[in-house]
Parts: sequence; structure tokens; C-alpha cells
Amino acid sequence: MSALLEVNGVTKRFGGLVAVSDVTFTLAEGDILGLIGPNGAGKTTLFNMVNGVYKLNAGKISFAGQDITDRPPNEVVHFGIARTHQIVKPLYGMTVLENVTVGACFGRDYLKLKPARKVALEVLERVGLADRADTSARSLTIAGKKRLEVARALAARPKLLLLDEVLAGLNPTEVELMIGIVRNIRDSGISVLMIEHLMQAIMSLSDRIVVLNLGSKLAEGRPEEVVKNPDVVEAYLGFPDIVDKLRGVQ
Amino acid sequence: MIFRRPVFWLILIFAALMAFIPLHGNNVSMREDLILVAVAVILASNLNLMIGYTGYVNFGHIVFYGLGGYVGLYLATVKGWNLILSALLAGLAVSFCALLFGLGILRLRGAYFALATIGILVAVQSFVSNFDPWGRSTGLYVPFDAYQPLGGARRALWITYFLVIAVMALSMILSLAIKISKFGLGLFAIREDEDAAVVLGVNATVYKAIIYSVSAFLPAVAGALMFYKNGMIDPSIAFEFMLSLEGIVMLMLGGKGTVVGAALGGGLYEKLRSYLLTSPKLSNFHLVIAGGMLLLVVLFAPGGLIGWLYRLVPRSEKVIE
Repeated sequence: MSALLEVNGVTKRFGGLVAVSDVTFTLAEGDILGLIGPNGAGKTTLFNMVNGVYKLNAGKISFAGQDITDRPPNEVVHFGIARTHQIVKPLYGMTVLENVTVGACFGRDYLKLKPARKVALEVLERVGLADRADTSARSLTIAGKKRLEVARALAARPKLLLLDEVLAGLNPTEVELMIGIVRNIRDSGISVLMIEHLMQAIMSLSDRIVVLNLGSKLAEGRPEEVVKNPDVVEAYLGFPDIVDKLRGVQ
Repeated sequence: MIFRRPVFWLILIFAALMAFIPLHGNNVSMREDLILVAVAVILASNLNLMIGYTGYVNFGHIVFYGLGGYVGLYLATVKGWNLILSALLAGLAVSFCALLFGLGILRLRGAYFALATIGILVAVQSFVSNFDPWGRSTGLYVPFDAYQPLGGARRALWITYFLVIAVMALSMILSLAIKISKFGLGLFAIREDEDAAVVLGVNATVYKAIIYSVSAFLPAVAGALMFYKNGMIDPSIAFEFMLSLEGIVMLMLGGKGTVVGAALGGGLYEKLRSYLLTSPKLSNFHLVIAGGMLLLVVLFAPGGLIGWLYRLVPRSEKVIE
């Protein structure tokens, strides 16, 4: 398996605060890579670096063999990386379909309006929002808005999807649905990098996990290795018998 | 396709009616009324491209109209070029200026952008007031024989009238064409959330610069025609800040973001304004009315007349764009 995304020694400082410090990892094509860590660990900052919202202070990011370091977000999309936002950002004054059409129109293939609308309808079907296509994005519930975020990103036909806490704030039924959607995305050949706090979900979904703490990489590996790592337990999971608890529900 | 939109045909019928009604019976005073309505529609429609479509409030939109007037008048009278050519060149020149201004000030957002547009208006006005070839603060005059190539002053007035009506129709068609295009979708995305739009792949920097420049073109052409028709131009009438503000009132009144709303607001406001301006008891009172109306619209009907219609008859949204 070849590396689709290579993040190499990236650092981001905000004034005196080092938000992300010398982080290195790779994501293999077809994988789901989970990114976990306590609040303020730098997970979302790392996302913002990968998709070009923030410029790096040091390091390099390559995607599918091409250097995408410091490319602006609108160009990164054309390379094939799409993302969702932790705090949802629907285009409120537009319908659900229009929102997703924007994603398709300006995504990787830069589609024309008509084919973009077709792609948008397909994607809405996939995330279960087809019946809401003509309603205003404003009228969606939080779960709906999260799905809209995913739909918009998917409409860009990415090779890599960055999911920033798509499960947060959802009730158990909605979580189940969203997990199904993420699995379905991976099965369709799209690699996924996801930030998530919901441990059961990330454990069952991820092929590999990277743990961040205070801006640095604390651990990396297969899910079952990572949860056994004493550093991770201390920094994030909190209590030592978590392993057995999680194993119990898996 | 734009031809399949009912509004496209409505625009053509509306323009044709405006062109031919005063021609019937050679009604000159009606023509002078309607030409002002047409200019209001032109200004409001093009301002709509910025405020209604892209979400950037331009307080200095009138600068395009005035600059167009200067360039057009200069080419048509001092250089003695053909009127239509002069007007088109004025449009191109002003669009190009707008592109340069835009690359500078479109880095700003919200209130800061709005303030910068006022800065541009003031800067251009004081530049022109000190620019020798354009007659400094006394401005430029159209010598009477400049109307000869069009067959004398009387015919020239009719010709400029038809040209202004054509520019009005083009303004509305341009608004419609952008609204139903992919470019328009990108602009709407910028209006709703610029950061989200960029993450979705919209090149906001380029899109904003293009629309700012495009929104300058037809007002500049109209300015060239209007000041040629009026026979003179000077910095205080070319860059009238009040008219810029009234443009915003027109747009809000009709309904920003809609093709018909911008035109409707422009037309209605201009009719009201000319009534108030000519009534002796209410001199300058139209500005009080304008302010009051803006307040009422923003508070109670943010979508303007068209937004109100959409709420009343939801299905109208499919027909009236």
C-alpha cells in the first residue's frame, strides 16, 4: 500500500503558542486513520494545515506524490482532499441541494452546473438527505447539518476525506447512521482521516490511530496497540482499565 | 438556458415598452422621466451583483457611473469619437480600474470593505477635481456641434435614450445570466460563508475581483451616455455620494439578490424621488423618506418587496427571479 497523504514534521505556532509541533505521519490509500487526543491537542489545527487554511511554520505535506504545502484551501480541493467542519458551516441562505451542488461544482472535477446537480442528488441519497433536498439548509437539525457537511465534501469526489468530529452532538441512533455512512465512504474507495472523541466509534472504524497531545504526536499504531499504550492512557483515556472496558463492547 | 426563463422575456418586453411608449406621440417629458428610471434600474441591478449576490456592501458604487461619464465625455467630445464606441471604451476602462481597486480592497470584509469603498469614491473625486485634461472642478462641457454626428441634438437625445434603455435591459439580463450560472453559485456561496466557500473550492479572491469589475461596466457605460445627453459633467454631480446611498435603498426596497427586485426597487424609488424632489414643500425631503424606508425594510421585510412576495406566494420564487 502506498502512502496517499504524507505529513512530515509540520509545525504551527500562534504567537508564542505552539499548537502543532513537529508532527509526522502517513495515511495509506484506502485506510481510515483516526486522529485522537485531548481538547486543545492540535487536531483541528492539523486539519487546517492539511487543507491549507493555515500556513505551516515548518514541515511539508504531500498528497498522492505532489507537494501541497501551503496551497490555499480552494486548490487543495482540486487535488482531491475535501473536509467537513467541526462547527458546521452550512450556506444558510441556500437549499440543501444547492449547498451540495457547490461542493460538486468546485470540487476535484470542477463540474458544470448540470452534472454537478446530478452528483449532488446522488450524494444526498447516499447520506440520507434526499428528501430534504429542496428545504433550506437553515431548517436542518444538527444531525442533518453534520450529514450536509459530509455530503458537500463527498460531492467534491475526493480521494481523501477529512472528517472533523462528525459524530459529536449526535444521539446513539444518529451515531449508528453516521458510522454506516463513513464505512460506506471507505468502501467506495475514499480514504478517510477523522478526528473523533467517541472512542468506541473510532476504535471500530479506524485502521490506524494517531494520538496527539499538547501539539505533539504521542503515539501511533493499530487501535488495539494504541489503547494499551500507557502514555495514551495517562494523557487521554484517563483510567487504566479502559482497555478491558472497550474490549467488552467491541 | 436563459431563454427558457420567463423573466428573460419579461425583461425584453419591459424594455421594449419603455422604449416605445414615449416615442409614441413624441412625449419628451415622459422620456426624461423614464431615462432616470432606467438609470436607477441600471445602478440598482449592478449594485445587486455586489450586495445581493456576493454579500459585499459597496457604498461607492456611483464612482463607476461618474468615471464612466468622464471617460465617455472626454472621448466623445475632446477626441470626437463615436458615442457608442466612447461609451463602450468608458465601460472597459472603468472595469479595468475597478479590477485594480478590487484587488486592493477586496481583502477586506464586512464593514471594513464598505468603508474602503467610500474611500475610493472620495479619492477618485478629489483626483478628478485636480485633473487638468478633465477640466478640474469645472468639469467638461459638450459643445453643441458634438451632437451633429447623431443628426442634431434632438435626435441625439432620442438615440441616447434608446441606448440607455438597452443598457438597462442588458443590466437585468446580466443579473439573470449570472444568477443561473455556476459563477453565480460561487458568488452565493461567498455571500453565505466565504470561508466555507473557499474550503469547498471556490476561488473567492478571483471571483470577488471579477464581480466587482463586472458590476462597474454597465454603470460606466450608462454614465457616459447620460452625461453626454446632459451636456456637461463636473466632479460634484458625477460622484454624488447621496446617489450611491440611494442605490442601496433602491436595492433593499425591491429585494436584494433578485433580478426583478433590484429593477423594481430602482424604478419605484426613482418615481417617488422625482415626485418628492419636484414638490415645492418637500425639498430634499426625499432623503428623510429614503432613510425611513430603509429602516422599515431592514426591520420588517429584509427581503424587500420581492422577498415579501416570495413569502406570500412561495411558488412565485420559481418564476420571478
